[in-house]
Amino acid sequence: MTSKTVLHAKHLEAGAKMVDFHGWEMPINYGSQIEEHNAVRNDAGMFDVSHMTIVDIQGEQAQAFLRKLVANDVAKLTVPGKALYTGMLNEQGGVIDDLIIYYFSETFYRLVVNSATREKDLAHLAKVSSDFAVTVTERPEYAMIAVQGPNARAKTAKVLNADQQAAVEGMKPFFGVQAGDLFIATTGYTGEDGYEIVVPNEQAADLWQQLLDAGVAPAGLGARDTLRLEAGMNLYGLDMDESVSPLAANMAWTIAWEPEDRDFIGRDVLVKQRAEKSTHKQVGLILEEKGVLRSGSKVIVDGGEGVITSGTFSPTLGYSVALARVPRSTGDTAQVEMRKKLVNVKVVKSGFVRNGKSII
Amino acid sequence: MSNIPSELKYAPSHEWVRNDGNGTYTVGISEHAQELLGDMVFVELPEVGDVVDAGEDCAVAESVKAASDIYAPISGEIVAINEELEDSPETVNNDAYGDGWLFRIKASDESEVDNLLDAEGYAHTIDEE
Repeated sequence: MTSKTVLHAKHLEAGAKMVDFHGWEMPINYGSQIEEHNAVRNDAGMFDVSHMTIVDIQGEQAQAFLRKLVANDVAKLTVPGKALYTGMLNEQGGVIDDLIIYYFSETFYRLVVNSATREKDLAHLAKVSSDFAVTVTERPEYAMIAVQGPNARAKTAKVLNADQQAAVEGMKPFFGVQAGDLFIATTGYTGEDGYEIVVPNEQAADLWQQLLDAGVAPAGLGARDTLRLEAGMNLYGLDMDESVSPLAANMAWTIAWEPEDRDFIGRDVLVKQRAEKSTHKQVGLILEEKGVLRSGSKVIVDGGEGVITSGTFSPTLGYSVALARVPRSTGDTAQVEMRKKLVNVKVVKSGFVRNGKSII
Repeated sequence: MSNIPSELKYAPSHEWVRNDGNGTYTVGISEHAQELLGDMVFVELPEVGDVVDAGEDCAVAESVKAASDIYAPISGEIVAINEELEDSPETVNNDAYGDGWLFRIKASDESEVDNLLDAEGYAHTIDEE
């Protein structure tokens, strides 16, 4: 039994090819994944991300709970609406999920977690929160639309009322604001400017249609994957999971080591891994000849081997790129096992494209 | 239901074959196959002069989703390849039965064509997938 988002009918109307995505029937593309990718890089595209799970944390100990739950420190959040990206870890320092936390006040935060991990996330939240004076409330009454691309803000402005436009005017990246019925955030998963908009279910189809009429192109999960990979953003389940340390997944920047007495779950293991440099690291790979790097392929480096965690053809660059988990000794080049032969690849930092331009 | 032209013959592995006369046959992949694969990003073709056996993998269609072997539907010599695909692999998606053709074979045994499926037979194999 697959779930459907409230935008399901709009996808079919737009000619979407639907696939089962972890129990949700979602659009993989509306004809051409590459054209949708390019629409986001050059203009504006929108994704239905209603399958993602929104959870509100409220109560006297909301801040204390989150300071225990996640590797980053929500005490850094002091301006209402400010968002933070981080991971919630298990006791072994593995990533249970990655998430965005929006700060409204020290007694009210909003979490957006992945859909594929919904059940275990909710179970984990319930378990950890039982020691704190907080309520954990899933918000299934909301749908979510991500509008992304250099023209995303301008095109979205056409469908907002004057108050909403004023509310988002000049909003910096990684902020969110409640504007009328919409919660509008300057977050995303593409490496482009734009919004993620949380909208009440019953208004979602109308908003989708208005955005469509404003010239925003529908984009499917296929384009979402190539866009996030070009931007060097992790996909949970591929680039990291419960067996992978955030230190091996380019998530060190999402860990707040200070103050030292903040005892977040997984801290002890991470402190040791960090001191001993015992984990692999994440790098980017570039294949300049023909062919496409694919997840699961073996990566051979000086003195060891690693694995491609996700790989794709980069429509923006015109060749294949990948994220890989490799030994810390890895240098500037590596070899990848592809279709039974070894090919040479360049090793770079994770992240290949930002705001439409190559950053290699 | 995708388009399956009745004048072509098909292999169960989704290649189509068009009789060009003089024992020469054009080969491509079906509309259904390109839909399954998604946007094409590279097409690796055989070389003119290669001799292939029916069922031999002789080309690769690499899409955003996967790399897929393409098999020679009949035996013979490769007499032409679609060099346009080097720069425009998406032609396979946009015009699978026309400009998106892959290669031409001079058949060594034209009776092999009789072993291929007609449009109706191919439609059945797709239904069963």
